[in-house]
Amino acid sequence: MKISTEMVEHVAWLARLAITGEEKEQLSAQLSRILDHMDKLNELDTTEVEPTFHVLDLRNVLRKDEARPGLTVEAALDNAPEREGNLFKVPKIVEG
Amino acid sequence: MQLYEQTLTQVHDLLTKGEVTSREITEAFLRRIEAVEGSVQALVTRTPELALEQAQETDRRRQAGEDLPPLAGLPAVIKDNMSTRGIRTTCSSRILENFVPPYDATVVEKLRESGLVLLGKANMDEFAMGSSAENSAFFKTFNPWDLTRVPGGSSAGSAAAVAAGEAVYALGSDTGGSVRQPAALCGVVGMKPTYGRVSRYGLVAFASSLDQIGPLTRDVRDNASVLSAIAGHDPRDSTSAPLEVPNYTTFLTGDIKGLRIGLPKEYLAAGIDAPVRKAVDEAVRVLSGLGAEVEECSLPHTEYSLSVYYIIAPAEASSNLARYDGVRYGLRVSGDDLIGTYQQTRRQGFGSEVKRRIMLGTYALSSGYYDAYYLKAQKVRTLIRRDFDQAFARFDVLLTPTSPTTAFKVGEKVDDPLTMYMSDVCTVPVNLAGVPAISVPGGFDQGLPIGLQFIGRPFAEGDLYRVAYALEQTTDYHKQRPPL
Repeated sequence: MKISTEMVEHVAWLARLAITGEEKEQLSAQLSRILDHMDKLNELDTTEVEPTFHVLDLRNVLRKDEARPGLTVEAALDNAPEREGNLFKVPKIVEG
Repeated sequence: MQLYEQTLTQVHDLLTKGEVTSREITEAFLRRIEAVEGSVQALVTRTPELALEQAQETDRRRQAGEDLPPLAGLPAVIKDNMSTRGIRTTCSSRILENFVPPYDATVVEKLRESGLVLLGKANMDEFAMGSSAENSAFFKTFNPWDLTRVPGGSSAGSAAAVAAGEAVYALGSDTGGSVRQPAALCGVVGMKPTYGRVSRYGLVAFASSLDQIGPLTRDVRDNASVLSAIAGHDPRDSTSAPLEVPNYTTFLTGDIKGLRIGLPKEYLAAGIDAPVRKAVDEAVRVLSGLGAEVEECSLPHTEYSLSVYYIIAPAEASSNLARYDGVRYGLRVSGDDLIGTYQQTRRQGFGSEVKRRIMLGTYALSSGYYDAYYLKAQKVRTLIRRDFDQAFARFDVLLTPTSPTTAFKVGEKVDDPLTMYMSDVCTVPVNLAGVPAISVPGGFDQGLPIGLQFIGRPFAEGDLYRVAYALEQTTDYHKQRPPL
């Protein structure tokens, strides 16, 4: 599978990663090579096979809806790159 | 023998007999760290003051006549992807370089309750992605047996620290071999428990359906002690199994008469170095001599494991790592707007391997490619799992190499991601199937340790300790120490 630099650009956008022109070329080559290797899976007929998303046969694990102690506001904000009062501060999102 | 060269069990005996205090032990390890850390570079963060404080606390409790858990007062290091309250937890990544968690991982909480003496946080491949420590954003860790070689990865610092005598035991995490492969390359014992055996709460997520925490130690008994302390159900991790945890040291009888051991031929095919292959043959001879029944078997879908793994793990990682956006914690690099801030933060915060896997995973999950890659991989994963189910209908445990080679040179595979991925060929199927496996020292080639892997049925870690212990009792590989 050839991954074009346009595809690399698209995927980088989906992943919210800024990449340089040089990285684009490199990723295009590397990802193409890795995905070529993955094409090996097409040797197998899996039409009748169920996927294993998870090895444990888990159903939803529920607990009682009871209030329990959690992080304090201060602890939750301690690692914030920028804060204002009790809020995380980010660049403006909505124009206006 | 120096204190820092001894096993957990030996040091524990000295402690309980009152021949040495935890403070003295801790000081011995701190001196050892001082002496060798310059060349091994196993630790991202050192916590000597905390260690001495914790040591004195267990000494005080011991002197007061308290009955303390087996690990009390024994110095350890923890891989830097497990949350430690008040202590920097970086995942060896720029994006978390200054992150100080407000809570402990469950394993850390359990160890604290067991009298943990924490010497520091161990270096790793960034976000546990790598097999050589060369992907750490901070510095490389070197193999104590040969400082020009890699220690394996991603739990590089954990394995190197135990091998170098910088800690009595260590915790690592294993998504595709990250405990077992460095254990093999550094000549120590490393266990990847069954998926669900140990709580992942507070383990920074890489690939959530594969990640599992496990101990690295000098010998099998030590390993059984540590797993007994960290395993168990945790209401905060809904994938942790609500099963009783046995005391794993009770499996160390040395008796393996009638144990059925399968030798999957696909793990001994091309690509396995001759000395590694020879070590497997030698182990077969010894185990047969002890009364085990060893027979060749087949796991026919083994050759698809790497492809499946390198789709599923990056896919899950791309989703898990979406949280690093520079908003609530971690690095923030400002861009023109919010999206620009995300993009610049992630560009500067992640290293190239992490970016490569985010890209690979995002692609595999993206519209139009999901069925061809992600869904296909999950279906083949079912086939790989069935191989193990069928093998375990006939055998109690399986024996394979842990890694196709001994430790390779620093820089040797760094430019070629695909070749680096190949070093996980014997370990990734185990994570895909969710079964437990242990790596134990199985010999040396030109002074470099060789690791052997035993794979077991789900939640049958006891069988693995039993067979690993029996093998260990006939060899002295685990008693060798690197010439540091």
